[in-house]
Amino acid sequence: MTPEDLHGTVLKQQAKHGNYQHVFNVCMESGCVSCNSAAVVEALEAEVKKRGLQKTVCIKRVGCLCSCAQGPMVALDKGDTLYKAVTAADAPAMLDALDKGGRVEHLDFSSKQPFFSRQLKVVREHAGYFDPEDLDDSIRVGAYEALRKAVTEMTPTEVITEIANSGLRGRGGAGFPTGLKWSTVAKNPSTPKYVVCNGDEGDPGAFMDRSMMEGDPHRLIEGMAIAAYATGANRGFIYVRAEYPLAVKRLTRAINQATRTGLLGSRIFDTKFAFEIELRLGAGAFVCGEETSLLSSIEGQRGLPRPRPPFPANSGLFGKPTLINNVETYANIPTIINKSAAWFSSIGTAKSKGTKIFAISGKVHNTGLIEVPMGIPLRDIIFDIGGGIPGGKKFKAVQTGGPSGGCIPESQLDIPVDYESLMSVGSIMGSGGLIVMDETSNMVDVARFFMEFCMSESCGKCVPCRVGTYHMHEILQRIYDRQGTPQDLALLQELCDMVKNTSLCGLGQTAPNPVLSTLRYFKDEYTNLIHSTPTTEVLP
Amino acid sequence: MLQTQLPKPPSDDKRWRIVEVTMRRQGFDPHSLIEALHAVQQAFGYVDETAMKYVASCLRVPLSKVYGVVTFYHHFTLKPQGKHTCVVCMGTACYIKGNGENIKQLSAKYRIREGQTTPDGELSLVSARCIGACGLAPVSVIDGEVVGKSSADQLIATIERKLAK
Repeated sequence: MTPEDLHGTVLKQQAKHGNYQHVFNVCMESGCVSCNSAAVVEALEAEVKKRGLQKTVCIKRVGCLCSCAQGPMVALDKGDTLYKAVTAADAPAMLDALDKGGRVEHLDFSSKQPFFSRQLKVVREHAGYFDPEDLDDSIRVGAYEALRKAVTEMTPTEVITEIANSGLRGRGGAGFPTGLKWSTVAKNPSTPKYVVCNGDEGDPGAFMDRSMMEGDPHRLIEGMAIAAYATGANRGFIYVRAEYPLAVKRLTRAINQATRTGLLGSRIFDTKFAFEIELRLGAGAFVCGEETSLLSSIEGQRGLPRPRPPFPANSGLFGKPTLINNVETYANIPTIINKSAAWFSSIGTAKSKGTKIFAISGKVHNTGLIEVPMGIPLRDIIFDIGGGIPGGKKFKAVQTGGPSGGCIPESQLDIPVDYESLMSVGSIMGSGGLIVMDETSNMVDVARFFMEFCMSESCGKCVPCRVGTYHMHEILQRIYDRQGTPQDLALLQELCDMVKNTSLCGLGQTAPNPVLSTLRYFKDEYTNLIHSTPTTEVLP
Repeated sequence: MLQTQLPKPPSDDKRWRIVEVTMRRQGFDPHSLIEALHAVQQAFGYVDETAMKYVASCLRVPLSKVYGVVTFYHHFTLKPQGKHTCVVCMGTACYIKGNGENIKQLSAKYRIREGQTTPDGELSLVSARCIGACGLAPVSVIDGEVVGKSSADQLIATIERKLAK
């Protein structure tokens, strides 16, 4: 594909779209598909055909429309009218409403509520309003424009400078400056180099990356291609969890489409730049989200972490310089190139720029996917966007960062969401799962749940993690069963410090976080269980 | 790559062909071990010793390493699964919303622990880490069909319906 071809496709698609008076965007992501949105699409298509409206009404299969618990979701035109819990039987009513200019009352889901109005969509700017399985439709909303600009108008150094100036930090959790990582790989003279995308979203409660891969696979490919151009790599790998079959299917399709049209391969946009991407499937190991384990897994080995340094930027995949970033990080790249670093860095706080996508779930009214600017207070996310706690219950804690993060209590809810603030209250940004808990959750049980997770997911390479998580779990279980003693608490604290400071990789170093944060904010729940007499009564 | 004699598949079963094609596409590169095992798991539903030996000899990887990889990753199973499978998601959101209790009730009802199959080979009960459908918590997947916002009774009813078929 040449730059002219790309422009031509955009014009052609926009002209085609101009003919439609109305577009029904039906969510076809895992959540809504499991509520049978496929039947809704078919019913709408059949109804449109029956009424002979094919030329004026378009039915589109789109990516996530955010409100996953209300599925199947349908958005009309630009999303001013949203329908929730749509069934195939509602198709005629929805088309009737078009003629009258109204909406179907019993399906109406206000698009004006804070859940939508408080969001700021940068990475997901078009998500939900184009067909991710259709390359031309993706190009219509601007896919590959940034790649064209990068390879035809900018030098690799300029691209890296732009990313560095934007202040973008890794969205996988640790928040390492992306520009710095890129320049380290670019400066390494050794070849070949690799670009790897970490799509092993193992944190339970996080599904932003799945949504990105299902709802906008071309953006991910574009981001990786720009990274490859900037760092001098010619081969890339996307590592996806095998638990995400739809993401695997859409990515495979997107890579094939891009390769067929010459957006991947050799002589991209008529330049010397060549890049190809391969998909690698994970096989269900949480530790593979750690970058060095992920590289071992791509090499066909057990996913064991390696000591760092050497960092993957110098010695990564097959011992070669490797750039490894998270899905959301790559997804930010096209926007930065298109809209400039200055624009991007105007969003967010002093040290955390841009937006962050969160998957909000648990005991909260509105569950689903949200994109908010960095620095928004946690309280606003939970009570404004999330709509508060259902059933008149009281808020107790919000868990961020999965098994590596911590539980944040009500008293700390006014902190702004950025990497440093979350760290200061004993949690981490993590990949973006937010799980809300109400007063019925027992925090010792929560800590025990996460420790059981880390214990069984520990790869067993280093002793502190392998043995430490086992014993911490044992102590937590004992306390939860009301068999604990005050000495147990002291021992638990000591083990936490030891595992945190001496483990080899991120899994072990962060495994004590849920325990430490619950000990810090909910110590009375531990002491209550310790001081009460042993009993067989079932706890909440 | 010099490939003088390719090991023969263990049997005439046509599914070995899929495994072989997968390995061939990667040039029988030892690094493609996980890809090959995925092909076996998908074609047969489990990875047994015969399969491991075949893959090991094709890719020229020690059998011990193949066994190590198979047992390291949760996705690969050494034994065949039951005719029907119920996967209960144990991600945080699902746990908070009651799947911890649901799985207990299912194991009591069918007298199997998670990861086990009923003696008649009809039902396997599996727990998953997170299937990424947290908006619908608590979620289970029964024979590939996602069942969201479900209680233990609803799950048992769905399973009974599948078993009756």
